Amino acid sequence: MERHFDEELKGLNSEILRMGSLTEEAIVDSVKALKEQSREMAANVINSDRKIDSLELEIEEKCLTLMALHQPAAVDLRFLTAAMKLNNELERIADLAVDIAQRVLEIVDKPLLKPLVDIPKLCVIAQTMVKESIDAFVNRDIALAKKVVLSDAEADKLRNFVQDELVSEYISKDASTATRAVPLLLIARHLERICDHATNIAEDVIYMVEAKVVKHHPEEL
Amino acid sequence: MHNNIKMKAENVDFFYGPRQALKDINLDICEKRVTAIIGPSGCGKSTFIRLLNRMNELIPNTSLKGRILLDGEDIFGQQVDAVGIRRRVGMVFQKPNPFPKSIFENVSYGLHVNGVKDKKLIEKKVVSSLEKAALWDDIKDRLHESALKLSGGQQQRLCIARCLAVEPEVLLFDEPCASLDPISTGKIEELIMELKKYYTIVIVTHNMQQAARISDHTAFFLLGELIEMGKTQDIFTAPKDKRTEDYITGRFG
Repeated sequence: MERHFDEELKGLNSEILRMGSLTEEAIVDSVKALKEQSREMAANVINSDRKIDSLELEIEEKCLTLMALHQPAAVDLRFLTAAMKLNNELERIADLAVDIAQRVLEIVDKPLLKPLVDIPKLCVIAQTMVKESIDAFVNRDIALAKKVVLSDAEADKLRNFVQDELVSEYISKDASTATRAVPLLLIARHLERICDHATNIAEDVIYMVEAKVVKHHPEEL
Repeated sequence: MHNNIKMKAENVDFFYGPRQALKDINLDICEKRVTAIIGPSGCGKSTFIRLLNRMNELIPNTSLKGRILLDGEDIFGQQVDAVGIRRRVGMVFQKPNPFPKSIFENVSYGLHVNGVKDKKLIEKKVVSSLEKAALWDDIKDRLHESALKLSGGQQQRLCIARCLAVEPEVLLFDEPCASLDPISTGKIEELIMELKKYYTIVIVTHNMQQAARISDHTAFFLLGELIEMGKTQDIFTAPKDKRTEDYITGRFG
């Protein structure tokens, strides 16, 4: 039986989808700004964050209203709590994209320290993980959510590789490279944190669908 | 469920004439806990709760198979007296049903029926029952006024006090708040939470939020069958059976 409540939930679903695509865009643009050394693109990422912030508030208010008015239980309750958590995770992801853009502004006027290879790779992983975690939420796709959780190890590995390379090949050999190397190192760190937030979303999706807690219990996967 | 089992239904089938109202019900009721029974109209939940103090015997042309145990003893055993069972297992109904007598007489009624003659003892039990039912402060100055002058919520608490006076072990509530406003409902719910310290409680309710608020365990009945029983928090966050989920999320039908 279709309920009026289901219409409201569908509306919420599409708002989260919108929040997800804005966030994804912010990640991609922030790394594009780095690749193209574009001050304007970095500034755009920073400015667009206001839109995401206000969408976060809208979604949160909607979730609270639905909880207060419908007193949901079981799968509805798990959906709404997942939506609220996911909303926060997406907002944090967008903030990390802003952090990346700020790092770009710090080095935009200087020549790139080295050709970018691994950071764009890490960006693709982060963007994919965010996209797939949202898709898993929207389609209640457990297999996809599990894939996201398992992808996190790859992101950690790549981040460590970037960090090791920048420290051993540049900073420790020539301290004057630090002003250009540290922002890159931080960008890798921000991207890896984005992957952590996507992992949180995927874990929440698994709880939402299967009522199984996999957070801090990787053996449950 | 790791608590002591106060009552137990074993393979219970129940029939109204040829129509089967309960099918192979197996269910444990834990001591000093609140067990809620939920389910759509006609699912057999009221029929079930009425079996727990042999009220079904008052309905002609019905039959029962299986056993209902109270402290391990079959309440339908040949040597067991129905009146004795109803004293140990009291019932509060959907609509408050005070006798057309004074407040005091309503509460002392069961004591008289049970042959208690000591006036001081009766008075003491009436006061303590009214206190336990959270009604004493409302009515202590008008004990001898008619019970019918009380509000609906007060009448329901009086019916609870009337049950408590005969010192039952189990209290059955059949939709106790169905005819009450939210404030009176809140008072009855608070009272049930308080009473579970001393009594084993079974409540039938259509109000799922009420079951969620006050019960420790919840049983979901559908078409005469027990579909699922578990800790209330599990039933309301992650029920195992799709039919339970459909019912508590209002998708049923």
